[in-house]
Amino acid sequence: MAISSVKLDAKVPEGPIADKWTSYKNHIDLVNPANKRLIDVIVVGTGLAGGSAAATLAELGYNVKAFCYQDSPRRAHSIAAQGGINAAKNYQGDGDSTYRLFYDTVKGGDYRSREANVHRLAEVSANIIDQCVAQGVPFARDYGGLLDNRSFGGVLVSRTFYAKGQTGQQLLLGAYSAMNRQIARGKIKMFNRHEMLDIVIVDGKARGIIARNLVTGEIERHSAHAVVIASGGYGNVYYLSTNAMGSNVTAGWKIHKKGALFANPCFTQIHPTCIPRSGDYQSKLTLMSESLRNDGRIWVPKKIEDAVAIREGKKKPTDLSEEERDYYLERRYPAFGNLVPRDVASRAAKERCDAGFGVNKTGEAVYLDFKAAIERYGAEKATVMGLKDPSHEKIVELGEEVVRAKYGNLFQMYEKIVDEDPYKTPMMIYPATHYTMGGIWVDYNLMTTIPGCYAIGEANFSDHGANRLGASALMQGLADGYFVLPYTIGDYLSKDIRTGRISTDLPEFVEAENKVKEQIDFFINNKGTHSVDYYHKKLGKIMWDKVGMSRNAQGLKEAMAEIKEIREDFWKNVSVPGKADEMNPELEKATRVADFLELGELFAKDALERNESCGGHFREEYQTEEGEALRDDVNYAYVSAWEYKGEPADAVLHKEQLEFKDIELKTRSYK
Amino acid sequence: MDLTLKIWRQKNAEEKGGIVEYKVNEISDHMSFLEMMDVLNEQLINEGEEPVAFDHDCREGICGSCSLHINGEPHGPDAGTTTCQLHMRKFKDGDTIFIEPFRAKAFPVVKDLVIDRSAFDRIQHAGGYISVNTSGNTQDANAIPIPKVDADKAFDAATCIGCGACVAACKNASAMLFVSAKVSQFALLPQGKVEAEERALNMVKQMDEEGFGNCTNTGACEAECPKGISLENIARMNREYLSAAFSADPQ
Repeated sequence: MAISSVKLDAKVPEGPIADKWTSYKNHIDLVNPANKRLIDVIVVGTGLAGGSAAATLAELGYNVKAFCYQDSPRRAHSIAAQGGINAAKNYQGDGDSTYRLFYDTVKGGDYRSREANVHRLAEVSANIIDQCVAQGVPFARDYGGLLDNRSFGGVLVSRTFYAKGQTGQQLLLGAYSAMNRQIARGKIKMFNRHEMLDIVIVDGKARGIIARNLVTGEIERHSAHAVVIASGGYGNVYYLSTNAMGSNVTAGWKIHKKGALFANPCFTQIHPTCIPRSGDYQSKLTLMSESLRNDGRIWVPKKIEDAVAIREGKKKPTDLSEEERDYYLERRYPAFGNLVPRDVASRAAKERCDAGFGVNKTGEAVYLDFKAAIERYGAEKATVMGLKDPSHEKIVELGEEVVRAKYGNLFQMYEKIVDEDPYKTPMMIYPATHYTMGGIWVDYNLMTTIPGCYAIGEANFSDHGANRLGASALMQGLADGYFVLPYTIGDYLSKDIRTGRISTDLPEFVEAENKVKEQIDFFINNKGTHSVDYYHKKLGKIMWDKVGMSRNAQGLKEAMAEIKEIREDFWKNVSVPGKADEMNPELEKATRVADFLELGELFAKDALERNESCGGHFREEYQTEEGEALRDDVNYAYVSAWEYKGEPADAVLHKEQLEFKDIELKTRSYK
Repeated sequence: MDLTLKIWRQKNAEEKGGIVEYKVNEISDHMSFLEMMDVLNEQLINEGEEPVAFDHDCREGICGSCSLHINGEPHGPDAGTTTCQLHMRKFKDGDTIFIEPFRAKAFPVVKDLVIDRSAFDRIQHAGGYISVNTSGNTQDANAIPIPKVDADKAFDAATCIGCGACVAACKNASAMLFVSAKVSQFALLPQGKVEAEERALNMVKQMDEEGFGNCTNTGACEAECPKGISLENIARMNREYLSAAFSADPQ
């Protein structure tokens, strides 16, 4: 049952921006502790957003049911986040503040995010670090025992907290430990190896989900007073991405089909520093953390002959002198250099490779070089140790130790995959799909257009505009889960204290369950000719070629038509082996790819509708003479929120006009 | 390269399993081990057979989903590596590779190569946390300086990915390395010190109830751990446990 009349109301509180959140918290309705025991909340996904939300809601006293498709909540893909988490602590005394984090995020997002949400994010950022330290998250510290910081792209301060190259792992295990405490108390009921396949709406409100037990294949009904979607991003629509193999859009897409608007699907982050692909068998791409750009310098050969010689294996990168190298980011963007935002760095790499300067066999790679950093750190360390006239070898040895301490696990990952030693020869990197800024449209309360259905973390669209800054995804996930949703959901649930338990025998549950079973039966009985991966790879190729780092109207129109064609073929000829009532990984893939095949077309439609270049969305028709993005604030300073109408091509656009009262709208410059 | 694979197939937890032989051809050196498994599965699907089920997700060595006993070793022949990070360049043309699930009583097989590691979660429920609520007004993160050496050791212990290779490598299927990593992480930090003894007692109790064996001091766990978790953690847990056992009030 779809909700018919959609009205977008962001529900941003009145008042000066710095007071909105405090004043909001002071005036919302609360649920008393005794009543919280009578209220059930479903959380789908147990990454940083879902895990932290589940733990906090349970601490508050709600009965939480948490779902994840993995065999343990600890394996959600937040675990793979590497570089760090931002917070406006100003421990370095380098001029950071809540305002500056707010400003950097809005600017970094190319002025396509909602000011009030971003300011709230910046406000609670400092609390996240306090909370995580209290939970035992072992952040990096300096010799004085205080927390250390590093820099990330698009900012001029050091506000990133980190735990080597495993910050996401440590933060997720922190949230997981908080969940464990509540699981032990019986306040969280954990459903591992379960996948949400639909939402159930009763009297216009989200009242439960239909989930498949991935071990037994059983289709289950679960009811609650509110449903929280924390299922992450949809980068796997490209088939190849830095996401986990199982990351999918299904939870988000199912609520979209039942009335939740999907916002800015075309705002996708192509991360500049990933390990280049090596062959057609490739199943996923691996990120090399942005933190490496603190110390690594990005370059390609200055002369095209050298690039050709390197590609043919006749020259090595270490053969090229400084004068023969083009540090193109430092050249084009002297103020930010190698630390420009991700969208800018990715396009610059593509520009060089398209011009013929790429360095691996495919011509799609640039160098990330640590030689200068190793020598600099080595010389510093030699001085500290009081070594007189250290040899170059000694300096390199000492420098490598410092670099190993900072990025050891990343260098190890690189060596395992590429079989080259990045301490001795520069890394090869190329952009890859990494994060999706777009997602389910939510208001200030993080509620979707379905009452009682919330979306948090990467699954929503709210905070990063058209481009996310590095180390801000972890910040947003934990902000939403620990500090925002627990307040906003209470305001909604305060009206639900007399509702009582929701029965799963309601006809809405039966109907939703039958629909899910119908789809599964179709897949099992279809006995077609092609595997699910065959279709997923085809979709991914179209997305990368025509809806990737740069897009044009012609290509986008073609992409829409081609995706529709693949989708129709999929529904005729897909082959899913095995049965419905058992563990069946191919069936899991089929239900996910079915949704990607619809999302992909809406994605292209959204990119086609947005006749401007901003952040990660680069339309070739809209660029400056120097090849920089040309934004159109007069016509496109809005959030595109799409309403489902059956075929993705028929989706209806609703616009949320963005207002910039506290930050002046101006062209983003990192020069 | 062309390979012969001998893979454990088992329909579900109840039915008996056995080794089945498969051939894969033209495997590239640059493929990861799991990409080689993808090739096999695509082949099986196209032949109308059921693909081999195995756990995997991030494919970059951090989520801990992948497991597999490869030629008798958890995560295969390469040191410091999860199965998903293992590359085919470690094998030769014509090799026969045995692929089995991790074997332990506490890790029952779910299907083919997929095992149930929920015992690990239950051990964490028993005490793998610091009892602090989310309030937004905990003290400032820099209020308690922590010596870098302790913070670094806590971090090293905390990098455990919960894959279970330690259990699979141990002749007693002991989970001491896994449990001690969490006990150590928190015991090394002032925030976790408060509950350190109780935590050790509770987690060890749960570990025993799950059917994991005793530590033999062989060190196979450390040798096979893809993250290099140190045996030192087991010594630290034993210290916490003993001191707790002597001092704890009988409850």
